[in-house]
Amino acid sequence: MRILIKNARIVDPSQGIDIKGNILIDRGRIAGIGETVKDKDAEIIDAKGKITAPGLVDMHAHLREPGREEQETIESGLRAAVAGGFTTVCAMPNTSPPCDCQAQVKFLYEKAREARTANLLPIGTITRGRQGKEISEMLELKEAGCVAVSDDGDPVESSMLMRKALEYASMAGLVVISHCEDRSLGGDGVMHEGYWSTVLGLAPVPAEAESIMVDRDTQLAELAGASIHIAHVSTGKSIEIIRNAKKKGIRVTAEAAPHHFTLKDEDLRTYDTNLKVNPPLCSAEDIEALKKGLKDGTIDAIATDHAPHLENEKEKEFDYAPSGMIGLETALSLSAMELVEKGYLDWPGLIKKMSTNPCQILGYERGTLKQGAVADIVIIDPEKEWVYEKKQIKSLSSNSPFIGRKMKAGVTDVIVGGRVVVREGAILDA
Amino acid sequence: MKKNIEWTKRHLLGIEDLDRDEIVTMLDQAEGFKEILKRPIPKVPALRGRTIVTLFCEPSTRTRISFELAAKRLSADTVNITASSSSFLKGETLKDTVRNIEAMQIDMVIIRHSCAGAPLFLSRCVEASVVNAGDGAHEHPTQALLDIFTIREKLGKIKGLNVCIVGDIAHSRVARSNIHALTKLGAKVTVCGPKTMMPVDIEKTGVTVTYDIKEALKKAEVLNVLRIQAERQNQLLFPGTREYIRGFGITKAKLKKYAEKDILILHPGPINRGVELSQDVADGEYSVILDQVTNGVAVRMAVLFLLSKRRKQ
Repeated sequence: MRILIKNARIVDPSQGIDIKGNILIDRGRIAGIGETVKDKDAEIIDAKGKITAPGLVDMHAHLREPGREEQETIESGLRAAVAGGFTTVCAMPNTSPPCDCQAQVKFLYEKAREARTANLLPIGTITRGRQGKEISEMLELKEAGCVAVSDDGDPVESSMLMRKALEYASMAGLVVISHCEDRSLGGDGVMHEGYWSTVLGLAPVPAEAESIMVDRDTQLAELAGASIHIAHVSTGKSIEIIRNAKKKGIRVTAEAAPHHFTLKDEDLRTYDTNLKVNPPLCSAEDIEALKKGLKDGTIDAIATDHAPHLENEKEKEFDYAPSGMIGLETALSLSAMELVEKGYLDWPGLIKKMSTNPCQILGYERGTLKQGAVADIVIIDPEKEWVYEKKQIKSLSSNSPFIGRKMKAGVTDVIVGGRVVVREGAILDA
Repeated sequence: MKKNIEWTKRHLLGIEDLDRDEIVTMLDQAEGFKEILKRPIPKVPALRGRTIVTLFCEPSTRTRISFELAAKRLSADTVNITASSSSFLKGETLKDTVRNIEAMQIDMVIIRHSCAGAPLFLSRCVEASVVNAGDGAHEHPTQALLDIFTIREKLGKIKGLNVCIVGDIAHSRVARSNIHALTKLGAKVTVCGPKTMMPVDIEKTGVTVTYDIKEALKKAEVLNVLRIQAERQNQLLFPGTREYIRGFGITKAKLKKYAEKDILILHPGPINRGVELSQDVADGEYSVILDQVTNGVAVRMAVLFLLSKRRKQ
């Protein structure tokens, strides 16, 4: 079965192209790309006025299975992913049990295969059982198919352990993704420290709780001769540290989540627990720093930190509610509105942050429309206006503060491995 | 100063939500109720047939009894629930607890909770009026109202007064509500306490910050002294009681030495005698601490009355 995407604006930062033309897909791969590519017998997708790009890759999602299948399953999470234009999702290992051995990795791959929507890439734990005590069996994790290791949700508190983990992971060929949080400084804080935490009387977390750990981890990466990826960067202070580390040649990469550059601490005036995230929403100045960091390349990737929680878990006093919000179905639109519309990035720049760079960081041979590449493709209508409604949510959880919000730009079609999974905004059942 | 307005708000969640005229309306209404409290039979039928629930999820004696008395003086029926006696212990959520209580046809819920924002959360869950009786380190609106009522009663004005709040500002809902109320009414507010107990950017709320009690006492006309919680010592906020007394405890000797004027002394209670206030100051001629308690009932009557009046429409 061949598919011909016609009249497209083809945006592929991996080849540095932004051209008008056609793409032919044959047997799951890109068979041709360019103005003259044609095929009489192929299924036609007319992409006039739309952007055709390599499928989006989310480096950071919590799919909850195994352990909390009422919040999310691999199946529901990957449906949410394709609805949001993602053709690959990295699953964070803070499940129950955590993904720290071969059997867990295989289970995730098997579940993803059954789901037949997006690809899943398992991330293993840095420490055995996510206990922060000893290094996990990373050689096995790598062999089983992990692309990275992370104890996300918790920091690795011991500097010695982090150094050893960085050394060991770099030997195993795994990227360490660090959740940077100095818990002894953050204490029982639930929101960013500043004027608004003072007014609202919510326990504050200073920006330094993140940036001190970013500083430590970049220094440890240098010491270990390893590369490190900083998860969900939220503060201007951290960005400054990463910028300087990059200048020094330290192999550090970083991601930011759409909610961190869309929402600010002041929004917590409503005490809406769907706004409770970790790291917490920061100040307007931090948001500006994030956007500038994305623009100048200090921040390499946009990742969702998709974190499903049930309504009854969130319908609580702010202090008692769990942290996190879902994000797979809103990430592209929020990024387009905050970054493209406001002039921080152009479309190729955004695709780079959401596909090309994540693949490069993970050593994952996707995120490209080169001839012969696996056909993971997203078609985006940059002018589409829509409202994010609860009833359309594909995730099993609906903990999003964006429900009811007007959105700009949306996914129309998604192709995974040459198979059309989303057509004109609707998920096709396999 | 008088400019009373038609009351429109359903809830009292914080002083931050009120404007100057609304605050003055509350105070004037409380003045009327204070007269009633002096009568041989201090009771009016204003809220007859109304049911008011006090839901205290944190220990409190004074505030709960004050609210209960206020409700009774207005002839409302009252029900008291405390965390230790409620189904919270069985794992019921706050939302469920209150919705169940509301299903029994109640008109108002007065809530005290250790979590900031709990009253606002509750106000979105129920139809009843919600009154904040203190939420975490956020607000304690009726305390601020009774504080400024007492100041106005004793000194005849609020505008232009130098008011200093002393103590653990960071963890104090009393401080926050007082700052909102006092600045809205035109007082000059200073906050004084150890640097470890000062929340960031507090000066952006319109107050002056000092860590020096001498400087604080110099210009002050009113001192609102906050309770120091001994358990904060474990949170590294101060080295110990002895050191606190040396730096920030209000004693007659310090007042004599540093104050330029007579200073009205307020305290939201309960007092740690000999810590934040020495015995001779707590019971001294400028202490209005017991007047605050008396005024508390009148102020809370005004709150319950105005919110209910609005509900009737």
